[in-house]
Amino acid sequence: MVNHPEPPLVELNDISISFGGIKAVDHVCVDLYPGEVVGLLGHNGAGKSTLIKCLSGAYQMDSGEIRINGDKVNIQTPRDARAYNIETIYQTLALADNLDAASNLFLGREITTTAGFVDDVTMEVETRKIMARLNPNFQNFTSPVSALSGGQRQSVAIARAVYFNARILIMDEPTAALGPQETRMVADLIQELKCQGLGIFLIDHDVHQVKALCDRAAVMKNGTLVGCVDVDAVSTDDILAMIIAGKKPGKKPGHVAV
Amino acid sequence: MVPRLKIFQCVSGRSIFRTLELDLRLLGMIGAFVVICLVFNIATDGRFLTPRNLFNLSVQTASVAVMATGMVFVIVTRHIDLSVGSMLGFIGMTVAFLQVQILPDIFGFGHSAIWIIATLAAILMGACLGAAQGWIIGYLTVPAFIVTLGGFLVYRGAMWWVTKGQTQAPLDDRFRLMGGGAEGTLGETLSWGLGGCAAVAAVLLILNSRRRKIGHGFKVKPVWAEGILAAMTAGIIIGFVWIMNSYPVPDGAMRRIMTAQGLEWNGDIAWNHGVAIPVVILIVVTIAMTILASRTRFGRYVYATGGNPEATKLSGINTRLLTVKVFALMGALTGISAVIASARLNAVDVGLGTLDELRVIAAAVIGGTALSGGFGTIYGAVIGALIMQTLISGMASVGVDAPLQSIAVGLVLVLAVWIDIVYRRKTGVS
Repeated sequence: MVNHPEPPLVELNDISISFGGIKAVDHVCVDLYPGEVVGLLGHNGAGKSTLIKCLSGAYQMDSGEIRINGDKVNIQTPRDARAYNIETIYQTLALADNLDAASNLFLGREITTTAGFVDDVTMEVETRKIMARLNPNFQNFTSPVSALSGGQRQSVAIARAVYFNARILIMDEPTAALGPQETRMVADLIQELKCQGLGIFLIDHDVHQVKALCDRAAVMKNGTLVGCVDVDAVSTDDILAMIIAGKKPGKKPGHVAV
Repeated sequence: MVPRLKIFQCVSGRSIFRTLELDLRLLGMIGAFVVICLVFNIATDGRFLTPRNLFNLSVQTASVAVMATGMVFVIVTRHIDLSVGSMLGFIGMTVAFLQVQILPDIFGFGHSAIWIIATLAAILMGACLGAAQGWIIGYLTVPAFIVTLGGFLVYRGAMWWVTKGQTQAPLDDRFRLMGGGAEGTLGETLSWGLGGCAAVAAVLLILNSRRRKIGHGFKVKPVWAEGILAAMTAGIIIGFVWIMNSYPVPDGAMRRIMTAQGLEWNGDIAWNHGVAIPVVILIVVTIAMTILASRTRFGRYVYATGGNPEATKLSGINTRLLTVKVFALMGALTGISAVIASARLNAVDVGLGTLDELRVIAAAVIGGTALSGGFGTIYGAVIGALIMQTLISGMASVGVDAPLQSIAVGLVLVLAVWIDIVYRRKTGVS
């Protein structure tokens, strides 16, 4: 295991949340260190998205605690999460399709003039700057985002998370709708952000991608945490066994993945 | 030779519109309006396109158009407000009761505080009623259709209750000015002055926006296109003022006005109407609402909510409170319309505002507001209201029976929305 001198960036301790009697997340503990990528894996309905939505403020957990830099915090709304520099790229992208890229990027955090009016020109300039860095092919700044391709829409969602100096980044299947080239761009971006010292939660279905991009992998099944492993210490099959059978590697001595 | 060829290419065909960056839907609506006017003008042997008729048309449009600007926000946020007609009646009756029965006893008959208090009361009452509906919709999550359908019945009943069904008349003299008529206008000089200022301001705004875009290195329209646009805008403003200033005040009203000022009138002076005060109110509301829609965070959130309510919530925006604000704004505008409508009639009976909710919704929808939310413009709704009023007035002046008028307006509504759907599909805007 890596030795961490500083406290974890994020600690999710004993988080539980249920919907109408179904325990979507059941006493789960996960932590995240600066400059680390933690993959969250599991079948559909395992509770990955629900867990990180407690961190992003979209859901309010029933019990448990969230600590940021060791301090207990109370995240009730997405606005609270943003105040702690937690940015989220949702699986659905969460874009207002009828607005252009700049309006989406700055939604809820518009740049205003001294008179208090939204400053569309400055926001477009800023959007052009960040897009030139993230996705130089992106040129369509005036159309509503509904007119953009899947990859371009993804770029807008990613730009929104990166622009506001996130310290904690949550990515819910960021490459699900992307082609191979765009997927590589996201992978490069994750590496770059990691080097800048961000902590990243990455939800993904692709075990190989998690092996390649993440430092640790937390596997969930039926709302509970199967285990959290160092990706370099286990094989792809081990992770698959955790996802499918809920077996933690090394628990049964003598068991060897075939 | 090359530059000339380029100019020729620019000027050819439909690329003119593209270079001017004019909204095709706006052009379509103005085109429809012009065609309707021309048809009625021919059918009435030139009695439709007269300063007098256009003046009346502008006054008749004001009340519905003011509410339609608010309905744009309501519909853009994927709600509906069926209560505005009843609310208009309730507010109109209450402030009429106030200025006929209560305020004269306090201040004395004809005191100048009466119209101010009555107007503020109307706006405040509308804002409160609207906010209450918005709270039920936003926080108790009862669908807007049901809440405002309830409001529709509640206000109509409450309206009757205010005076046990008695008609309230006549209203305060100053209050009545907000309804138009021979006295309720800016007059010739002030109309020219304001029209001139508005034209200059419009041109300056266009120039300023161009300068800012150039400053940031964005692409701008060619100078000639910008020039045409500025000239057209100024031309429409000046033209409108000119038409309003060409409608002479009739002899009877002339004598009444002069007598009120203690003067004798023997036909030697002729005044023209100028822009009617309710139209001035409509213009101010339209400008304010346009700024609100396109230049403020509130407006941005209204459209974002219409486009994707979930995403807006995830962006940290309190969409529940936003709903309350949108309905409160709708209510306040209904209050303003109640002032215009009651002042124009100089009386409020229990029928005031009947079916107005449907006219308002139809105006917004004809103006390109999508019931699925997210799309709609303030100017579109105002033009939509103008088109509807033109149809109704035009058919009345041609002598079409009232039932047939309803049938025609209903068909036009469906036709307009169908054209809008086809337009959206063709231009790729969902």
